Amino acid sequence: MFYQKEIETMEKKELENLQFERLKKALEAAASTPYYSRHFKENKIDISKITTLDHLQEIPFTSKNDLRLSYPDGMLAVPKSDIVRLHASSGTTGKSTVIFYTQKDIDNWASLVARSIYSTGARKEDTFQNMMGYGLFTGGLGLHYGAEKLGCLVIPSSTGNSLKQLQLMQDFQSSIIHITPSYALHLVEVIKENGIDPHDLNVKKAYFGAEPYSEATKEKLEEQWGLDAYNCYGLSEMNGPGVAMDCAHKTGMHIAEDYYIAEIINPETGERLPDGEEGELVLTHINREAMPIFRYRTRDLTRIIPEQCQCGKTHRRIERIKGRTDDMMIVGGVNVFPSQIESVLMNIPEVGNNYRIVLDREEGLDRMHIQVELYSKLFQGDMKALKNLNKEIVEKLRALIVINARIEFMEPGSLPPSEGKAKRVIDNREI
Amino acid sequence: MPHQVSVFAENKPGKISRITGILSDNGINIRAITISDQGDYGIIKLLLDKPQQGNDCLQAEGFASTLKDIVAIKIDDSPGGLHKAASLLSGENINVEDAYGFTIREKNLAVFVFQVADVTHTEKILQKAGFNIVSDNELYYI
Repeated sequence: MFYQKEIETMEKKELENLQFERLKKALEAAASTPYYSRHFKENKIDISKITTLDHLQEIPFTSKNDLRLSYPDGMLAVPKSDIVRLHASSGTTGKSTVIFYTQKDIDNWASLVARSIYSTGARKEDTFQNMMGYGLFTGGLGLHYGAEKLGCLVIPSSTGNSLKQLQLMQDFQSSIIHITPSYALHLVEVIKENGIDPHDLNVKKAYFGAEPYSEATKEKLEEQWGLDAYNCYGLSEMNGPGVAMDCAHKTGMHIAEDYYIAEIINPETGERLPDGEEGELVLTHINREAMPIFRYRTRDLTRIIPEQCQCGKTHRRIERIKGRTDDMMIVGGVNVFPSQIESVLMNIPEVGNNYRIVLDREEGLDRMHIQVELYSKLFQGDMKALKNLNKEIVEKLRALIVINARIEFMEPGSLPPSEGKAKRVIDNREI
Repeated sequence: MPHQVSVFAENKPGKISRITGILSDNGINIRAITISDQGDYGIIKLLLDKPQQGNDCLQAEGFASTLKDIVAIKIDDSPGGLHKAASLLSGENINVEDAYGFTIREKNLAVFVFQVADVTHTEKILQKAGFNIVSDNELYYI
Protein backbone atom coordinates (compact mmCIF):
# COMPACT_ATOMS: atom_id res chain seq x y z
CA MET A 1 0.00 0.00 0.00
CA PHE A 2 2.77 2.47 -0.76
CA TYR A 3 2.86 5.18 -3.37
CA GLN A 4 6.51 6.04 -2.74
CA LYS A 5 7.68 3.03 -0.76
CA GLU A 6 11.28 4.13 -0.36
CA ILE A 7 10.36 7.43 1.25
CA GLU A 8 7.37 6.21 3.21
CA THR A 9 9.24 3.38 4.87
CA MET A 10 12.60 5.10 5.21
CA GLU A 11 14.55 4.23 8.36
CA LYS A 12 14.50 6.93 11.05
CA LYS A 13 18.16 7.81 10.67
CA GLU A 14 17.93 8.05 6.94
CA LEU A 15 14.78 10.16 7.17
CA GLU A 16 16.54 12.50 9.57
CA ASN A 17 19.44 12.83 7.15
CA LEU A 18 17.01 13.74 4.39
CA GLN A 19 15.29 16.25 6.66
CA PHE A 20 18.58 17.87 7.59
CA GLU A 21 19.73 18.08 4.00
CA ARG A 22 16.45 19.75 3.01
CA LEU A 23 16.50 22.00 6.06
CA LYS A 24 19.94 23.31 5.08
CA LYS A 25 18.75 24.06 1.59
CA ALA A 26 15.64 25.79 2.88
CA LEU A 27 17.71 27.90 5.29
CA GLU A 28 20.03 29.00 2.52
CA ALA A 29 17.08 29.95 0.34
CA ALA A 30 15.38 31.78 3.21
CA ALA A 31 18.51 33.80 3.96
CA SER A 32 17.91 35.63 0.69
CA THR A 33 14.41 36.77 1.67
CA PRO A 34 13.85 40.19 3.27
CA TYR A 35 12.02 38.69 6.23
CA TYR A 36 14.34 35.82 7.18
CA SER A 37 17.58 37.66 6.43
CA ARG A 38 16.53 40.27 8.98
CA HIS A 39 15.10 37.65 11.34
CA PHE A 40 18.37 35.65 11.31
CA LYS A 41 20.45 38.79 11.78
CA GLU A 42 18.35 40.13 14.66
CA ASN A 43 18.47 36.78 16.43
CA LYS A 44 22.19 36.29 15.65
CA ILE A 45 21.56 33.08 13.75
CA ASP A 46 24.47 31.93 11.66
CA ILE A 47 22.96 29.31 9.40
CA SER A 48 26.37 27.80 8.68
CA LYS A 49 26.48 26.82 12.36
CA ILE A 50 23.33 24.74 12.03
CA THR A 51 24.97 21.38 11.62
CA THR A 52 22.45 18.98 13.14
CA LEU A 53 18.69 18.63 13.02
CA ASP A 54 18.59 19.52 16.70
CA HIS A 55 20.01 22.98 15.97
CA LEU A 56 16.63 23.83 14.45
CA GLN A 57 15.61 24.72 18.00
CA GLU A 58 17.89 27.74 17.90
CA ILE A 59 15.74 29.36 15.26
CA PRO A 60 12.95 31.47 16.76
CA PHE A 61 9.35 30.62 15.93
CA THR A 62 7.46 32.11 13.01
CA SER A 63 3.93 33.24 13.82
CA LYS A 64 0.93 34.17 11.75
CA ASN A 65 1.72 37.76 12.64
CA ASP A 66 5.19 37.41 11.12
CA LEU A 67 3.53 36.30 7.90
CA ARG A 68 1.28 39.32 8.08
CA LEU A 69 4.24 41.64 8.67
CA SER A 70 6.00 40.23 5.63
CA TYR A 71 2.90 40.75 3.46
CA PRO A 72 2.81 40.51 0.52
CA ASP A 73 6.12 38.94 -0.46
CA GLY A 74 8.67 39.43 2.31
CA MET A 75 9.23 35.67 2.61
CA LEU A 76 9.47 35.00 -1.09
CA ALA A 77 12.66 33.07 -1.91
CA VAL A 78 12.42 32.91 -5.71
CA PRO A 79 12.05 35.54 -8.47
CA LYS A 80 8.44 36.61 -8.92
CA SER A 81 8.39 35.24 -12.44
CA ASP A 82 8.89 31.73 -11.03
CA ILE A 83 5.68 31.82 -8.99
CA VAL A 84 2.71 30.11 -10.57
CA ARG A 85 0.13 30.28 -7.82
CA LEU A 86 -0.81 31.90 -4.55
CA HIS A 87 -3.25 30.96 -1.83
CA ALA A 88 -4.31 33.10 1.09
CA SER A 89 -5.95 32.78 4.43
CA SER A 90 -7.21 35.49 6.68
CA GLY A 91 -4.91 37.16 9.17
CA THR A 92 -5.80 38.13 12.72
CA THR A 93 -6.03 41.84 12.15
CA GLY A 94 -7.05 42.29 8.59
CA LYS A 95 -4.20 41.52 6.23
CA SER A 96 -4.23 38.09 4.67
CA THR A 97 -1.38 35.67 4.95
CA VAL A 98 -0.28 34.76 1.46
CA ILE A 99 1.54 31.63 0.38
CA PHE A 100 3.34 31.35 -2.96
CA TYR A 101 4.13 28.26 -5.01
CA THR A 102 6.44 27.57 -7.92
CA GLN A 103 5.52 24.94 -10.49
CA LYS A 104 7.72 22.47 -8.63
CA ASP A 105 5.95 23.31 -5.36
CA ILE A 106 2.57 22.65 -6.94
CA ASP A 107 3.85 19.34 -8.36
CA ASN A 108 5.33 18.33 -5.01
CA TRP A 109 2.16 19.23 -3.19
CA ALA A 110 0.09 17.21 -5.65
CA SER A 111 2.44 14.21 -5.22
CA LEU A 112 2.17 14.51 -1.46
CA VAL A 113 -1.63 14.56 -1.56
CA ALA A 114 -1.65 11.67 -4.06
CA ARG A 115 0.56 9.68 -1.70
CA SER A 116 -1.59 10.54 1.31
CA ILE A 117 -4.85 9.46 -0.26
CA TYR A 118 -3.18 6.37 -1.77
CA SER A 119 -2.49 5.28 1.83
CA THR A 120 -6.21 5.37 2.53
CA GLY A 121 -6.79 3.01 -0.39
CA ALA A 122 -7.58 5.54 -3.15
CA ARG A 123 -6.59 4.31 -6.62
CA LYS A 124 -6.66 5.62 -10.16
CA GLU A 125 -9.91 3.74 -10.78
CA ASP A 126 -11.72 5.91 -8.20
CA THR A 127 -14.09 8.75 -8.94
CA PHE A 128 -13.35 11.60 -6.58
CA GLN A 129 -16.10 14.12 -5.93
CA ASN A 130 -14.55 17.25 -4.47
CA MET A 131 -17.21 19.09 -2.50
CA MET A 132 -14.81 21.61 -0.98
CA GLY A 133 -14.58 25.29 -1.77
CA TYR A 134 -12.22 26.22 -4.57
CA GLY A 135 -10.42 29.53 -4.52
CA LEU A 136 -7.97 31.19 -2.16
CA PHE A 137 -8.72 28.45 0.35
CA THR A 138 -6.30 25.53 -0.16
CA GLY A 139 -8.66 22.63 0.62
CA GLY A 140 -10.43 22.37 -2.72
CA LEU A 141 -7.52 22.81 -5.10
CA GLY A 142 -5.09 20.84 -2.90
CA LEU A 143 -7.08 17.63 -3.02
CA HIS A 144 -8.13 18.27 -6.61
CA TYR A 145 -4.53 18.27 -7.86
CA GLY A 146 -3.57 15.33 -5.66
CA ALA A 147 -6.44 13.11 -6.79
CA GLU A 148 -5.79 14.06 -10.40
CA LYS A 149 -2.10 13.23 -10.00
CA LEU A 150 -3.07 9.81 -8.70
CA GLY A 151 -5.21 9.37 -11.79
CA CYS A 152 -8.68 9.49 -10.27
CA LEU A 153 -11.59 10.95 -12.19
CA VAL A 154 -12.04 14.24 -10.35
CA ILE A 155 -15.43 15.96 -10.20
CA PRO A 156 -14.85 19.56 -9.09
CA SER A 157 -18.39 19.99 -7.79
CA SER A 158 -17.36 22.41 -5.01
CA THR A 159 -19.77 23.33 -2.20
CA GLY A 160 -23.56 23.51 -2.07
CA ASN A 161 -26.32 22.52 -4.48
CA SER A 162 -27.15 19.24 -2.77
CA LEU A 163 -29.40 17.76 -5.45
CA LYS A 164 -26.73 18.32 -8.09
CA GLN A 165 -24.18 16.68 -5.80
CA LEU A 166 -26.45 13.68 -5.43
CA GLN A 167 -27.01 13.44 -9.16
CA LEU A 168 -23.26 13.55 -9.84
CA MET A 169 -22.71 10.87 -7.22
CA GLN A 170 -25.25 8.62 -8.89
CA ASP A 171 -24.42 9.29 -12.53
CA PHE A 172 -20.64 8.95 -12.15
CA GLN A 173 -20.60 6.43 -9.31
CA SER A 174 -18.41 8.61 -7.11
CA SER A 175 -16.42 6.37 -4.78
CA ILE A 176 -14.60 9.02 -2.72
CA ILE A 177 -15.93 12.32 -1.44
CA HIS A 178 -14.03 15.25 0.02
CA ILE A 179 -16.38 17.24 2.18
CA THR A 180 -16.69 19.20 5.41
CA PRO A 181 -18.26 17.09 8.16
CA SER A 182 -21.04 19.62 8.65
CA TYR A 183 -22.01 19.49 4.99
CA ALA A 184 -21.80 15.68 5.05
CA LEU A 185 -24.35 15.68 7.90
CA HIS A 186 -26.70 17.79 5.84
CA LEU A 187 -26.19 16.03 2.54
CA VAL A 188 -26.94 12.60 3.96
CA GLU A 189 -30.32 13.93 5.11
CA VAL A 190 -31.06 15.34 1.65
CA ILE A 191 -30.18 11.97 0.14
CA LYS A 192 -32.58 10.17 2.48
CA GLU A 193 -35.33 12.74 1.84
CA ASN A 194 -35.03 11.87 -1.85
CA GLY A 195 -35.86 8.27 -1.08
CA ILE A 196 -32.32 7.00 -1.54
CA ASP A 197 -30.51 4.83 0.95
CA PRO A 198 -27.00 6.32 1.23
CA HIS A 199 -25.65 2.78 1.64
CA ASP A 200 -26.81 2.03 -1.91
CA LEU A 201 -24.54 4.74 -3.32
CA ASN A 202 -21.06 3.82 -4.50
CA VAL A 203 -19.37 6.17 -2.01
CA LYS A 204 -16.79 4.16 -0.06
CA LYS A 205 -14.54 6.79 1.44
CA ALA A 206 -14.78 10.32 2.74
CA TYR A 207 -12.02 12.78 3.53
CA PHE A 208 -13.07 15.23 6.16
CA GLY A 209 -11.29 18.50 6.64
CA ALA A 210 -11.47 22.28 7.00
CA GLU A 211 -13.26 22.28 10.35
CA PRO A 212 -12.96 20.64 13.74
CA TYR A 213 -15.26 17.74 14.57
CA SER A 214 -15.49 15.06 17.18
CA GLU A 215 -14.72 11.37 16.88
CA ALA A 216 -18.41 10.73 17.65
CA THR A 217 -19.47 12.80 14.63
CA LYS A 218 -17.05 10.95 12.44
CA GLU A 219 -18.46 7.60 13.56
CA LYS A 220 -22.02 8.82 13.10
CA LEU A 221 -21.22 9.93 9.55
CA GLU A 222 -19.51 6.65 8.72
CA GLU A 223 -22.59 4.81 9.91
CA GLN A 224 -25.11 7.05 8.13
CA TRP A 225 -23.28 7.08 4.83
CA GLY A 226 -21.90 3.56 5.02
CA LEU A 227 -18.32 4.60 4.33
CA ASP A 228 -14.86 4.91 5.87
CA ALA A 229 -13.86 8.41 6.88
CA TYR A 230 -10.27 9.61 7.06
CA ASN A 231 -8.96 12.64 8.90
CA CYS A 232 -6.96 15.06 6.85
CA TYR A 233 -4.85 17.83 8.36
CA GLY A 234 -3.32 20.82 6.70
CA LEU A 235 -3.01 24.59 6.86
CA SER A 236 -2.33 27.03 4.09
CA GLU A 237 0.94 28.23 5.64
CA MET A 238 2.25 24.68 5.14
CA ASN A 239 0.68 24.31 1.62
CA GLY A 240 -2.75 23.13 2.68
CA PRO A 241 -4.09 19.58 2.95
CA GLY A 242 -1.55 16.77 2.94
CA VAL A 243 0.52 17.83 5.96
CA ALA A 244 -0.80 14.79 7.83
CA MET A 245 -3.42 12.22 6.98
CA ASP A 246 -4.91 8.98 8.26
CA CYS A 247 -3.76 5.82 6.55
CA ALA A 248 -6.03 2.81 6.01
CA HIS A 249 -5.62 1.88 9.68
CA LYS A 250 -7.17 5.15 10.86
CA THR A 251 -5.09 5.30 14.03
CA GLY A 252 -3.61 8.76 13.71
CA MET A 253 -2.47 11.01 10.88
CA HIS A 254 0.98 10.35 9.43
CA ILE A 255 2.98 13.56 9.10
CA ALA A 256 4.77 13.80 5.76
CA GLU A 257 8.18 13.93 7.41
CA ASP A 258 10.06 14.31 4.15
CA TYR A 259 8.21 17.65 3.67
CA TYR A 260 7.85 18.83 7.24
CA ILE A 261 9.71 18.79 10.51
CA ALA A 262 7.15 18.50 13.28
CA GLU A 263 7.73 19.52 16.88
CA ILE A 264 5.39 19.64 19.84
CA ILE A 265 5.96 22.53 22.23
CA ASN A 266 4.56 23.81 25.46
CA PRO A 267 2.50 26.76 24.17
CA GLU A 268 3.26 28.81 27.29
CA THR A 269 7.03 28.40 27.46
CA GLY A 270 7.87 27.44 23.87
CA GLU A 271 9.88 24.51 25.21
CA ARG A 272 9.98 21.36 23.08
CA LEU A 273 8.08 18.37 24.46
CA PRO A 274 8.93 14.69 23.98
CA ASP A 275 6.85 12.48 21.68
CA GLY A 276 3.64 11.38 23.36
CA GLU A 277 3.04 14.61 25.26
CA GLU A 278 0.29 16.96 24.27
CA GLY A 279 1.13 20.49 23.18
CA GLU A 280 1.16 22.87 20.25
CA LEU A 281 2.22 21.57 16.86
CA VAL A 282 5.09 23.53 15.31
CA LEU A 283 5.96 22.85 11.68
CA THR A 284 8.90 23.63 9.45
CA HIS A 285 8.37 23.36 5.71
CA ILE A 286 11.55 21.92 4.19
CA ASN A 287 10.30 21.16 0.70
CA ARG A 288 8.95 24.38 -0.76
CA GLU A 289 11.07 26.53 -3.05
CA ALA A 290 8.95 29.64 -3.15
CA MET A 291 8.43 30.11 0.53
CA PRO A 292 10.32 28.23 3.22
CA ILE A 293 8.83 28.74 6.69
CA PHE A 294 10.62 27.68 9.87
CA ARG A 295 9.03 26.60 13.13
CA TYR A 296 5.57 27.88 12.32
CA ARG A 297 3.29 27.98 15.33
CA THR A 298 0.11 26.29 14.13
CA ARG A 299 -1.78 26.99 17.39
CA ASP A 300 -3.24 23.51 16.99
CA LEU A 301 -3.07 21.19 19.99
CA THR A 302 -2.17 17.54 19.50
CA ARG A 303 0.43 14.93 20.43
CA ILE A 304 2.85 12.83 18.43
CA ILE A 305 2.09 9.12 18.70
CA PRO A 306 5.47 7.52 19.47
CA GLU A 307 4.61 3.96 18.42
CA GLN A 308 5.03 2.83 14.84
CA CYS A 309 1.87 2.28 12.80
CA GLN A 310 0.89 -1.21 11.63
CA CYS A 311 0.79 0.04 8.04
CA GLY A 312 4.58 0.02 7.89
CA LYS A 313 5.10 3.73 7.28
CA THR A 314 7.93 5.11 9.37
CA HIS A 315 6.59 8.66 9.34
CA ARG A 316 5.24 9.46 12.76
CA ARG A 317 1.59 10.13 13.44
CA ILE A 318 -0.24 12.93 15.21
CA GLU A 319 -3.56 12.55 16.95
CA ARG A 320 -6.63 14.38 15.75
CA ILE A 321 -6.49 18.06 16.65
CA LYS A 322 -7.78 18.60 20.18
CA GLY A 323 -8.25 22.35 20.08
CA ARG A 324 -6.46 25.65 19.65
CA THR A 325 -4.23 27.80 21.77
CA ASP A 326 -5.83 30.98 20.43
CA ASP A 327 -9.38 32.15 19.84
CA MET A 328 -9.53 31.34 16.14
CA MET A 329 -12.92 30.17 14.92
CA ILE A 330 -13.52 28.07 11.84
CA VAL A 331 -16.72 29.13 10.15
CA GLY A 332 -17.71 27.34 6.97
CA GLY A 333 -14.06 26.37 6.50
CA VAL A 334 -12.87 29.97 6.85
CA ASN A 335 -10.53 30.93 9.66
CA VAL A 336 -11.88 33.88 11.59
CA PHE A 337 -10.55 35.67 14.63
CA PRO A 338 -12.81 37.72 16.91
CA SER A 339 -10.23 40.51 16.60
CA GLN A 340 -11.02 40.82 12.89
CA ILE A 341 -14.68 41.37 13.62
CA GLU A 342 -13.78 43.78 16.37
CA SER A 343 -11.58 45.78 14.01
CA VAL A 344 -14.55 46.32 11.68
CA LEU A 345 -16.98 47.22 14.46
CA MET A 346 -14.60 49.60 16.21
CA ASN A 347 -14.27 51.65 13.05
CA ILE A 348 -18.00 52.28 12.87
CA PRO A 349 -18.86 55.19 15.17
CA GLU A 350 -22.58 54.40 15.42
CA VAL A 351 -21.97 51.15 17.27
CA GLY A 352 -20.70 50.74 20.80
CA ASN A 353 -17.81 48.71 22.19
CA ASN A 354 -19.78 45.65 23.07
CA TYR A 355 -20.48 42.84 20.69
CA ARG A 356 -21.11 39.11 20.72
CA ILE A 357 -20.52 36.56 18.00
CA VAL A 358 -23.07 33.75 17.81
CA LEU A 359 -22.36 30.71 15.67
CA ASP A 360 -25.12 28.35 14.59
CA ARG A 361 -25.52 25.60 12.09
CA GLU A 362 -28.52 25.52 9.77
CA GLU A 363 -28.93 22.72 7.25
CA GLY A 364 -25.32 21.78 7.65
CA LEU A 365 -24.04 25.26 6.94
CA ASP A 366 -22.40 27.56 9.44
CA ARG A 367 -24.11 30.84 10.17
CA MET A 368 -22.57 33.78 11.94
CA HIS A 369 -24.66 36.35 13.65
CA ILE A 370 -23.22 39.30 15.46
CA GLN A 371 -24.99 41.17 18.19
CA VAL A 372 -23.76 44.69 18.51
CA GLU A 373 -24.86 47.51 20.78
CA LEU A 374 -25.82 50.83 19.27
CA TYR A 375 -23.98 53.87 20.53
CA SER A 376 -26.80 55.99 21.97
CA LYS A 377 -25.28 59.38 21.18
CA LEU A 378 -25.15 58.65 17.46
CA PHE A 379 -28.54 57.03 17.10
CA GLN A 380 -30.31 58.73 14.22
CA GLY A 381 -33.80 57.58 14.98
CA ASP A 382 -34.87 56.17 11.68
CA MET A 383 -35.07 52.73 10.22
CA LYS A 384 -33.47 53.65 6.92
CA ALA A 385 -30.32 54.77 8.68
CA LEU A 386 -30.27 51.56 10.73
CA LYS A 387 -30.71 49.44 7.62
CA ASN A 388 -27.87 51.28 5.90
CA LEU A 389 -25.68 50.86 8.93
CA ASN A 390 -26.52 47.17 9.00
CA LYS A 391 -25.61 46.85 5.34
CA GLU A 392 -22.36 48.76 5.84
CA ILE A 393 -21.26 46.39 8.62
CA VAL A 394 -22.26 43.29 6.62
CA GLU A 395 -20.31 44.49 3.58
CA LYS A 396 -17.21 45.45 5.54
CA LEU A 397 -17.19 42.07 7.26
CA ARG A 398 -17.70 40.26 4.00
CA ALA A 399 -14.77 42.10 2.47
CA LEU A 400 -12.53 41.13 5.37
CA ILE A 401 -13.56 37.64 6.40
CA VAL A 402 -15.54 36.43 3.37
CA ILE A 403 -18.52 35.53 5.54
CA ASN A 404 -22.05 36.85 5.29
CA ALA A 405 -22.91 37.62 8.86
CA ARG A 406 -26.29 38.70 10.14
CA ILE A 407 -26.09 41.82 12.28
CA GLU A 408 -28.44 42.26 15.19
CA PHE A 409 -28.49 45.65 16.84
CA MET A 410 -28.86 45.68 20.59
CA GLU A 411 -29.76 48.37 23.10
CA PRO A 412 -26.83 50.05 24.81
CA GLY A 413 -25.82 48.18 27.95
CA SER A 414 -27.61 44.96 27.08
CA LEU A 415 -24.47 42.88 26.42
CA PRO A 416 -21.90 41.93 29.05
CA PRO A 417 -19.32 44.72 29.40
CA SER A 418 -16.08 44.52 27.45
CA GLU A 419 -13.90 44.64 30.56
CA GLY A 420 -12.56 41.42 31.91
CA LYS A 421 -13.03 38.12 30.20
CA ALA A 422 -16.39 38.69 28.60
CA LYS A 423 -17.46 35.73 26.53
CA ARG A 424 -17.41 37.12 23.02
CA VAL A 425 -18.21 33.97 21.13
CA ILE A 426 -21.19 31.71 21.63
CA ASP A 427 -20.83 28.58 19.57
CA ASN A 428 -24.11 26.69 19.29
CA ARG A 429 -22.86 24.38 16.57
CA GLU A 430 -23.04 20.77 17.57
CA ILE A 431 -20.55 18.58 15.88
CA MET B 1 -41.21 72.59 13.98
CA PRO B 2 -42.51 69.66 16.03
CA HIS B 3 -40.44 66.71 17.19
CA GLN B 4 -41.03 63.11 17.90
CA VAL B 5 -38.85 60.93 20.10
CA SER B 6 -37.47 57.88 18.30
CA VAL B 7 -36.27 55.10 20.58
CA PHE B 8 -34.31 52.04 19.55
CA ALA B 9 -35.66 48.86 21.10
CA GLU B 10 -34.89 45.19 20.83
CA ASN B 11 -37.87 43.12 19.89
CA LYS B 12 -38.46 41.59 23.30
CA PRO B 13 -41.39 41.40 25.70
CA GLY B 14 -41.59 44.25 28.19
CA LYS B 15 -39.80 46.83 26.06
CA ILE B 16 -42.75 49.16 25.61
CA SER B 17 -43.75 48.99 29.24
CA ARG B 18 -40.24 49.98 30.29
CA ILE B 19 -40.41 53.04 28.06
CA THR B 20 -43.93 54.02 29.05
CA GLY B 21 -42.98 53.48 32.69
CA ILE B 22 -40.06 55.92 32.48
CA LEU B 23 -42.24 58.53 30.80
CA SER B 24 -45.05 58.09 33.28
CA ASP B 25 -42.66 58.39 36.25
CA ASN B 26 -41.46 61.68 34.82
CA GLY B 27 -44.96 63.03 34.24
CA ILE B 28 -44.71 63.02 30.49
CA ASN B 29 -47.83 62.45 28.44
CA ILE B 30 -47.85 60.33 25.29
CA ARG B 31 -49.94 61.79 22.45
CA ALA B 32 -49.25 58.98 20.00
CA ILE B 33 -47.03 55.92 19.71
CA THR B 34 -46.06 53.78 16.71
CA ILE B 35 -43.52 51.03 16.21
CA SER B 36 -41.60 50.14 13.10
CA ASP B 37 -40.24 46.68 13.37
CA GLN B 38 -37.33 45.05 11.59
CA GLY B 39 -37.49 41.56 13.05
CA ASP B 40 -34.83 41.53 15.75
CA TYR B 41 -35.25 45.17 16.61
CA GLY B 42 -37.45 48.16 16.00
CA ILE B 43 -37.88 51.87 16.50
CA ILE B 44 -40.58 53.13 18.81
CA LYS B 45 -41.82 56.59 17.84
CA LEU B 46 -43.40 58.71 20.49
CA LEU B 47 -45.27 61.97 20.23
CA LEU B 48 -44.91 63.49 23.68
CA ASP B 49 -46.15 66.65 25.32
CA LYS B 50 -42.56 67.33 26.48
CA PRO B 51 -40.35 65.77 23.80
CA GLN B 52 -37.02 67.23 24.95
CA GLN B 53 -37.54 66.14 28.52
CA GLY B 54 -38.84 62.74 27.40
CA ASN B 55 -35.79 62.20 25.25
CA ASP B 56 -33.46 63.23 28.08
CA CYS B 57 -34.95 60.87 30.60
CA LEU B 58 -34.99 57.93 28.18
CA GLN B 59 -31.32 58.54 27.40
CA ALA B 60 -30.56 58.81 31.09
CA GLU B 61 -32.05 55.35 31.52
CA GLY B 62 -29.67 54.03 28.87
CA PHE B 63 -31.91 54.02 25.82
CA ALA B 64 -30.63 54.98 22.39
CA SER B 65 -33.14 57.71 21.61
CA THR B 66 -33.18 60.90 19.65
CA LEU B 67 -35.38 63.82 18.69
CA LYS B 68 -36.53 63.81 15.10
CA ASP B 69 -38.06 66.68 13.14
CA ILE B 70 -41.48 65.86 11.78
CA VAL B 71 -44.23 67.50 9.77
CA ALA B 72 -47.71 67.44 11.30
CA ILE B 73 -50.91 68.60 9.63
CA LYS B 74 -54.39 69.04 10.95
CA ILE B 75 -57.25 67.87 8.75
CA ASP B 76 -60.95 67.15 9.04
CA ASP B 77 -61.67 63.65 10.20
CA SER B 78 -63.49 62.67 7.01
CA PRO B 79 -62.86 60.33 4.03
CA GLY B 80 -60.21 61.55 1.61
CA GLY B 81 -58.55 63.86 4.11
CA LEU B 82 -55.21 62.09 4.11
CA HIS B 83 -55.40 61.22 0.44
CA LYS B 84 -55.19 64.88 -0.57
CA ALA B 85 -52.01 65.41 1.41
CA ALA B 86 -50.45 62.17 0.23
CA SER B 87 -51.16 62.95 -3.45
CA LEU B 88 -49.66 66.38 -3.07
CA LEU B 89 -46.42 65.02 -1.59
CA SER B 90 -46.17 62.28 -4.21
CA GLY B 91 -46.73 64.87 -6.96
CA GLU B 92 -43.85 66.88 -5.50
CA ASN B 93 -41.70 63.76 -5.41
CA ILE B 94 -41.33 63.84 -1.65
CA ASN B 95 -40.67 60.45 -0.14
CA VAL B 96 -42.56 59.81 3.08
CA GLU B 97 -40.31 57.62 5.20
CA ASP B 98 -42.94 57.01 7.79
CA ALA B 99 -46.39 58.34 8.62
CA TYR B 100 -48.96 57.89 11.30
CA GLY B 101 -52.01 59.70 12.57
CA PHE B 102 -54.45 60.04 15.36
CA THR B 103 -57.88 61.53 15.68
CA ILE B 104 -59.39 63.74 18.32
CA ARG B 105 -63.04 62.74 18.56
CA GLU B 106 -64.42 65.70 20.48
CA LYS B 107 -62.93 68.13 17.97
CA ASN B 108 -63.69 65.89 14.95
CA LEU B 109 -60.10 66.46 13.98
CA ALA B 110 -57.30 64.27 12.65
CA VAL B 111 -53.59 64.89 12.96
CA PHE B 112 -51.18 63.30 10.55
CA VAL B 113 -47.48 63.09 11.16
CA PHE B 114 -44.97 62.62 8.36
CA GLN B 115 -41.34 61.74 8.57
CA VAL B 116 -39.53 63.16 5.53
CA ALA B 117 -35.96 64.03 4.60
CA ASP B 118 -36.52 67.80 4.31
CA VAL B 119 -39.05 68.97 6.86
CA THR B 120 -38.94 72.71 6.08
CA HIS B 121 -39.45 72.17 2.36
CA THR B 122 -42.35 69.78 2.96
CA GLU B 123 -44.00 72.18 5.39
CA LYS B 124 -43.79 74.96 2.78
CA ILE B 125 -45.41 72.82 0.09
CA LEU B 126 -48.23 71.74 2.36
CA GLN B 127 -48.76 75.27 3.60
CA LYS B 128 -48.92 76.62 0.05
CA ALA B 129 -51.56 74.03 -0.81
CA GLY B 130 -53.66 75.27 2.09
CA PHE B 131 -52.94 72.60 4.66
CA ASN B 132 -52.99 73.52 8.29
CA ILE B 133 -49.50 72.90 9.66
CA VAL B 134 -49.39 72.18 13.35
CA SER B 135 -46.71 74.02 15.28
CA ASP B 136 -44.82 72.22 18.02
CA ASN B 137 -46.56 73.74 21.00
CA GLU B 138 -49.95 73.28 19.41
CA LEU B 139 -49.21 69.63 18.70
CA TYR B 140 -48.05 68.80 22.19
CA TYR B 141 -51.09 70.38 23.84
CA ILE B 142 -53.77 69.46 21.34
